[in-house]
Amino acid sequence: MTKSELINMLATENPELYHRDIERIVNTIFETICTSLEKGDRIELRGFGAFSVREHGARKGRNPRTGEPVDVARKNVPYFKMGKGMRDRLNK
Amino acid sequence: MSNTLTRSEIAQAVHLEIGLSRNESSKLVEDVLEKMTECFVKGEHVKLSSFGTFSVRSKKERIGRNPKTGIEARISPRRVLSFHPSISLRKRVNK
Repeated sequence: MTKSELINMLATENPELYHRDIERIVNTIFETICTSLEKGDRIELRGFGAFSVREHGARKGRNPRTGEPVDVARKNVPYFKMGKGMRDRLNK
Repeated sequence: MSNTLTRSEIAQAVHLEIGLSRNESSKLVEDVLEKMTECFVKGEHVKLSSFGTFSVRSKKERIGRNPKTGIEARISPRRVLSFHPSISLRKRVNK
């Protein structure tokens, strides 16, 4: 499923709303999550999962083609952990 | 410093941005999560541009170990949900 398919499904179920508004709602939800991650905040959605930012320290990597060692700088990485409710629904 | 957001803050953002009532906003947030979950249950991927891709992966049975006691235990086959952030989100958390 893509974002536009998600928007179309929600539009069918909510005929009282404009398609354009559904689009804005979906974008607002994910934009809010992105903005929070940008600030280093955590987003916890019970039964679904939690988004957070993890710090990966600097390390020595290797160019996989040449085998040459390279320095990899420290970086922040968005991380998602599924919730217990999700785990149960996926494993029924 | 570091805060935790929940459904209610996201619903609040929808309420302020779109002007839907708080109740309707919470319902829509819930609908979005539920639609996504239904896809995951069916084993489908969910691809959200400029956010990331969620995929369901099946793990085979394996023998694990309780790290505290060292006792071996069978880990049953199961399904897990993984998230691959989009390039744009990766960039945004490093600004």
